[in-house]
Amino acid sequence: MVAARRDGIGLGLLGVYGVSFGAVAVASGLSPLQAVVLSAVGFTGGSQFAFAAVAAAGGAPAVGLASAWLLGLRNTLYAVRLTDVLPRRTLPRLLAALLVIDETTSMAVRHEENGRPAARTAFWTTGVGLFVAWNLTTVLGAYGVQALGDPAALGLDAAAPAAFLALVWPYLRIRRTAVVAGLAAVVALVLSVVAPAGVPVLAGGAVALLGLHRRWRS
Amino acid sequence: MSWAAVWLCAAGLFAQKAAGAFVPRAWVSGPRVRSVLALLPAAMLGALVLTQVAGSGDGLVLDLRLLGLAVAAVALALRAPFLLTLVLAVVATAVARLLLGT
Repeated sequence: MVAARRDGIGLGLLGVYGVSFGAVAVASGLSPLQAVVLSAVGFTGGSQFAFAAVAAAGGAPAVGLASAWLLGLRNTLYAVRLTDVLPRRTLPRLLAALLVIDETTSMAVRHEENGRPAARTAFWTTGVGLFVAWNLTTVLGAYGVQALGDPAALGLDAAAPAAFLALVWPYLRIRRTAVVAGLAAVVALVLSVVAPAGVPVLAGGAVALLGLHRRWRS
Repeated sequence: MSWAAVWLCAAGLFAQKAAGAFVPRAWVSGPRVRSVLALLPAAMLGALVLTQVAGSGDGLVLDLRLLGLAVAAVALALRAPFLLTLVLAVVATAVARLLLGT
């Protein structure tokens, strides 16, 4: 339980990356307030960056929506996965749903072996910590973009891949999930040469369908 | 970007999460579904690592983010905590860009 809480707080600090979302969004032509709405209501970094990228390229809003939603589709599956971790009553469950993202899912799943209360603690501490940090830093980045300069020069664009690597790391220690993660990475990488943004990650996620086969059951 | 598009995007992203949270339990309790769901985070995260490090919204781009990722891998192998791993990756990328002037 203590470990779950400590991990949750450490992960909450990842919200520092929100500075770079705020800055990138405004540099892409969104207003600072629009960046804040995306962070507070959308609250899923990859999709938000995808939406901003399309805006920056001058793409149609429909394309931005499509790529953001395609990337966000995994949150639906994550919420299904967390069905026993999320509260049962309707309103708390709706509130908790907002916090369902890569980080909270992987933290909750990682602590499941210590029992459901530990998984819940990990979910809520990670979720609330990240939500607060992500939104505060979005405001900072969005309104401070002129003072901040180029997010890439500060190396901030390396934070997202490093964070995803850290999240997938525990799965790489188990042969079955390591193979799935590696296959998914290759599928996504190959597809990203030809497919529109959002599709490669979803196709990589489809590798989880291997679980339909008896050999891949846990 | 129009406000309509921004609200549609944000509300849609929330609706996706809520939809998953309120799927009837019976739909997701079979062993096959469970087993796919168990593999899902590993697959998604694996795909995200490489698309985030080499993606540009327009095909593949290899740049110094890859160095940041390599530094993160070394840090994780040495059991560095999560935040330190991120900081090392960001600093390594920033310093390399400064030195190489890219």
